[in-house]
Amino acid sequence: MIAFWQWIHALIPWFDGAIATVVIILIKAIALVMPLMLVVAYFTYAERKVIGYMQLRVGPNRVGPKGWLQPIADALKLMTKEIIFPSKANIYLFLLAPVLAIAPAIAIWAVIPFDEGVYVANLDISLLYVLAIGSVGVYGIILAGWASNSKYPLLGALRSASLLVSYEIVIGFALVTVVMIAGSVNLNDIVMAQKGSILNWYWIPLFPMMIIFFISALVETNRAPFDVVEGESEIVGGTHVEYSGMTFAVFFLAEYANMIFMAVLAVILFFGGWHSPFEGIAYLESGFAWVPGIIWLLAKSTFFMFLYLWVRATFPRFRYDQIMRLSWKVFLPWTIVWIFVVALMTQLKIGPWF
Amino acid sequence: MISGIKKLIKDFSLGELRGGLKITAKELINKKITVQFPEERTPISPRFRGLHALRRYPNGEERCIACKLCEAVCPANAITIESEMRDDGTRRTTQYDIDLFKCIFCGFCEEACPVDAIVETQIFDYAFVGSREGSIIDKAHLLKVGDNNEQMINDTKLEDAKYR
Repeated sequence: MIAFWQWIHALIPWFDGAIATVVIILIKAIALVMPLMLVVAYFTYAERKVIGYMQLRVGPNRVGPKGWLQPIADALKLMTKEIIFPSKANIYLFLLAPVLAIAPAIAIWAVIPFDEGVYVANLDISLLYVLAIGSVGVYGIILAGWASNSKYPLLGALRSASLLVSYEIVIGFALVTVVMIAGSVNLNDIVMAQKGSILNWYWIPLFPMMIIFFISALVETNRAPFDVVEGESEIVGGTHVEYSGMTFAVFFLAEYANMIFMAVLAVILFFGGWHSPFEGIAYLESGFAWVPGIIWLLAKSTFFMFLYLWVRATFPRFRYDQIMRLSWKVFLPWTIVWIFVVALMTQLKIGPWF
Repeated sequence: MISGIKKLIKDFSLGELRGGLKITAKELINKKITVQFPEERTPISPRFRGLHALRRYPNGEERCIACKLCEAVCPANAITIESEMRDDGTRRTTQYDIDLFKCIFCGFCEEACPVDAIVETQIFDYAFVGSREGSIIDKAHLLKVGDNNEQMINDTKLEDAKYR
């Protein structure tokens, strides 16, 4: 790698210092965002297909072979559609809202370690960064609801704000247990702490926390069965009511990028990140040593992404007060109790994980 | 007591949720029964009442004699007929329009016709585009539908004749 940079430097002498850093970060960001957008596009296809299959339908199968070009067609349709501005809306805030939604959804990916040493930024406080940037995303939705100057978007925005406040606490507490066991808030270190074998991953000692984290992630990303922010049958389309064309598509991208992020984060925190599940097992470990870590990470996240769709196809939407009750009266006490349990176990060195 | 503990275990292991997930997982791998419409079609009864057609005799002469019974019986007043004497002295229609927006596809015109001229075919996947006038199909159109689908009309009417 160093030889490669020396070679580049010899080739283009002025390519050095600040310019080089900026260019390298840009290349990294593009290498991250482009595949992400592709995954988002095909995640929507997978969603329609999986939910279709679960409802005994076949899903999209007309555009291209087996419908593989469906997301491309959807994207083209959204790009060519007219963007309608409500006449009484504040046009600047109206346009700022999708930007505020998509920017954190992409920025949050910067700290994700895809493999040993493969990341855009290695922050020492990456988990805090994730929590902070993750909360900023809701400003997009609140602003969209406010700027639309319309009843249903405003109701959706209010719901979104209160849901985020409630579940950010639960997610925070669930993450605290992980941090206590791993002894670090750096995602790289958290993954490294789970090295060794599938039994070292945190899903065993923190099983209830994993369930709570996953359910809270559903709420945070406004997914069924907690999609009261959109709530088609109650408030038409929530914050999306007044948005059309590309402005709507940007919200859509942000939502799905967040979903995929939550799936990857769950894998990093509870399922050993890029570690192979065959570690520590004779023959299998050496037999699968050639598989790069990023493949394992993506394979494990795919399961969580499938879980999102599976849950959406299965459960009816929660009533708003039920979601609130779930957060404050069920999850919050449980996470606090579990924090004490984990704290005791780590302090007294009980069990193999602590 | 025992049942209480059982319920507690079921609740905390998310028993109800797992039950629901199991059902959808089973449906995921079940065989799909969707009929892929343009390529596959479901069977249609010979009595199906679809798009109208005017028939001809095997020698090419149109059957309709402009008796206007269909116009009279039509409950929706969808049929408009004008008639005139043709050069050979027979009475023929000069105009035979059916408004498909008005038509309720009851099949009374077909029942009323003494010469089996107007029939309703098995065609249901037709479409008219543009203005409202597109919904009115005229004599030439009806005759063309009849010419193009004579075989189908003949077969279905023959099959249904047994039960009349």
